[in-house]
Amino acid sequence: MDLVLQLLFTGIGIGAVYALVALGFVLIFRATNVVNFAQGEFSMVAAYLMVVFSVDLGWPYWLSFLIALAGMALFGVIFNLGVYYPLRHRTYLPVIIATIGASILLSNSVLAIYGPQPQVLQGWFDTPGIQLGPVYLDSQYLLIIGVTILLVLFNFWFFEKTLLGKKLQATSQDKEMASLLGISVSTMIMITFIYSAVLGGLAGILVAPVLFVSIQMGSTIALKAFAATIIGGFGDVAGAIVGGLALGVIETFGAAYISVPYKDGFAFLVLIAFLVFRPQGIFGERVAEKA
Amino acid sequence: MSASDNMIPAPAVRSKPLIIRHLPYFIGAAVLVALAAGMRFDGYILNILLQATTFSIAVFGLSVVLGLCGQINLAQAAFFGFGAYAVGLGTADLHLNFWLCLVGGCAITLVAGAFLGMSTLRLGGHYLAMVTISFQQIVTLVMINAIGVTHGPDGVANIRRPELFQSSQSYLAFCVAMLAIVGYLVWHLPDTKLGRAMRAVRDNELAAGVNGIDVFRTKVSAFAVCAVLGGLAGGLFAGGFAYVSPDQFSFAESIQFLTMSLLGGVASPVGSVIGTGLLILIPEWLRFLKSVPGLYLAIYGLSVILIIRFMPDGIWGFVSDAFTRWRAHTRAPPVAGALQLKPATSGGDIVLEVTGLSKHFGGLKAVDGVDIAVKRGSVHALIGPNGSGKTTTLNVLSGLYKATAGRIVLDGTDITNMAPHQRTAAGLGRTFQNIRLFRSMTALENVEIGAERPGNTMIGKGDDALTERAMEALTFVGLGNRANELISSFSYGHQRLIEIARALASNPTLLLLDEPAAGLNSTEKLELHELLKRIAAQGLTILIIDHDMTLVSEAAQHITVLNFGRRIADGESMAVLRHPDVVSAYLGSE
Repeated sequence: MDLVLQLLFTGIGIGAVYALVALGFVLIFRATNVVNFAQGEFSMVAAYLMVVFSVDLGWPYWLSFLIALAGMALFGVIFNLGVYYPLRHRTYLPVIIATIGASILLSNSVLAIYGPQPQVLQGWFDTPGIQLGPVYLDSQYLLIIGVTILLVLFNFWFFEKTLLGKKLQATSQDKEMASLLGISVSTMIMITFIYSAVLGGLAGILVAPVLFVSIQMGSTIALKAFAATIIGGFGDVAGAIVGGLALGVIETFGAAYISVPYKDGFAFLVLIAFLVFRPQGIFGERVAEKA
Repeated sequence: MSASDNMIPAPAVRSKPLIIRHLPYFIGAAVLVALAAGMRFDGYILNILLQATTFSIAVFGLSVVLGLCGQINLAQAAFFGFGAYAVGLGTADLHLNFWLCLVGGCAITLVAGAFLGMSTLRLGGHYLAMVTISFQQIVTLVMINAIGVTHGPDGVANIRRPELFQSSQSYLAFCVAMLAIVGYLVWHLPDTKLGRAMRAVRDNELAAGVNGIDVFRTKVSAFAVCAVLGGLAGGLFAGGFAYVSPDQFSFAESIQFLTMSLLGGVASPVGSVIGTGLLILIPEWLRFLKSVPGLYLAIYGLSVILIIRFMPDGIWGFVSDAFTRWRAHTRAPPVAGALQLKPATSGGDIVLEVTGLSKHFGGLKAVDGVDIAVKRGSVHALIGPNGSGKTTTLNVLSGLYKATAGRIVLDGTDITNMAPHQRTAAGLGRTFQNIRLFRSMTALENVEIGAERPGNTMIGKGDDALTERAMEALTFVGLGNRANELISSFSYGHQRLIEIARALASNPTLLLLDEPAAGLNSTEKLELHELLKRIAAQGLTILIIDHDMTLVSEAAQHITVLNFGRRIADGESMAVLRHPDVVSAYLGSE
């Protein structure tokens, strides 16, 4: 029983990271109708930025953190202008392929600069964690879970209560109508990319001390985050979060009780099972084609 | 669009047999095989040629699934790996015959490809991209971790070749011959029934469905063909290099295949060979880049973005597009005879019987208990103000929407629960208000897809009969002399006529016309009216939806009027148009 609680805690912690990246996926998908296959590389790039500022240059952790996030905002702008924007009038297939190209370009550029050795990034806190009854709560996982809760609340407030949030929603639902109402669609899409890059970056920085900082971390996280969005219900914000948490828990238990080497395979098996038996996911968005 | 030129009976089109027309290809291929067998290469060149040959076959697969059918596959390296491991483990560990292993590997990839396709192809392309990546990752995990079977990261060594091709030189010649054969099949595929169906699905899934194509099965076929070609290529690769290991079949390799395909031009096997050749040779020239890990793949990634941005059809696509445009203006289309419409007459007096048809969207009753009876050989009009449920009714009839309640009987067959392509096979033909043609094809090819309707009794066997039928239909609408032009070069009115020709070529029992006069100028409307008369004169039953009261009142003998999803009037044209409810629905009541 103690082990179960311990695994549950770890699973939710790692699941929260998937949830954050999945949220980034969903936001871009809703704004542009395109899945960004370089979403995971956002996390990877941010983690490396953290390594540059905090480890290599020795800047204070909080300052490195802020500058890395600012860097990610800029990165979102460049990504939009370089990859999505020139193809915005084409069908989804060229855009998907371009984002895959971007993902390969990013991870291998980092590989060329930093080499294949994984980098180590310290956690935010000096204390490694606290013992609560039978369960040991790792401080970094606590931080991840806390930040995720805050972000979910912020997200809700931002999209439901602010004018900018409403404009973003309008753009994602009907671009033509939004532009007729005087909303600049390209600005809204730009903001979405910035927000999404920052979210992905945040997830990368938070998870870096738990995993290693490596060039593969991006694609691994992205694939699982995408699986999470399908499990939760594609295009659904709540679904992305629930799906991410569920996947983290499934994976942690699978690794503990079934097989460690195949840990990364569970997510994909669950994904394929969902696609076959319940493609609309837990929250049931209709995926039937529109006539 | 005059009607006079279809009156001259012309001899049927007969072209030379394919095998003669394509003789230059086979001669060229034979020369290449002879060169591969006869020329002396050093080991390094031989390896590069062997790699280029086998990779090209795998990239052919992508030209089918991505180029022809518009579906993405990011796991081609996994299928390539299946074939390679089948030959590797089979010949090295199990000491089986090479040919047996090669065929077995192809069979395994066929099953894997079909299964993977069936699980996701009903959903959108994003899912397919993600699922194929997942599949690729699982395959790599298994190759590395299932050490008992696959030898793990060590890979499989001492893979054997067939007795017949023991020397590297003869094996290369064998691979080049395979390349030529597979290349021929893939090159010819777009002009077969399956290939046309794939292109139709790529251009417009909805229109493909209502023209009698089973969209899902077509996609799964394309995906399975792609997988098999990957497996075949992998098997040949394993025999050639005698050693395989998991890193040769990773996600990065799948991306490399994709890049090769995109660079050369995804629509044609010629493009595949160009792209593969370039991406194998260029890195050999740029070997120094490999000293920095990652740099090399980073350049691949960048090239993918740049190709997609600046050269969407690849190198060969650019060349062949120019050629197609030039040929359309120089090549005279074949002459065609007069179009015969012989609608089936198996049922009774009523061709289409709709009873209690309803379609609800949540709480909105778009169509609510509508009855329609269309008499054989008549022109029947369905009219009503905007938002009255006309187009929804048509979409339910053709199967794009599922009926909430009610029954649809076409010529004695209950089609209420059939998929669009099954209804088409049962004898339904339709056009769309917003034209849905296959935009990357010529007018003739569009109409050929219509003519290929399953159950069309008006075409004989073979491609010539098909072309003949399509030409007749195009000539019937007055566009026979422009058959080889691409859709984009036709005016809006002419595109509408091509859509009608596409439906006519299928020899339907009932023709549904969705606002055929919308967007036409007054001359075009007159011509449309003439065309409808000529169609009706051949006894084809027509159900027409339109706003144009002149057209409707002159063409139709019978009118059904809808308002707010309900039938408010039904009967002989003139009587219905004077009906007080109809007048008030259109003009408002006092």
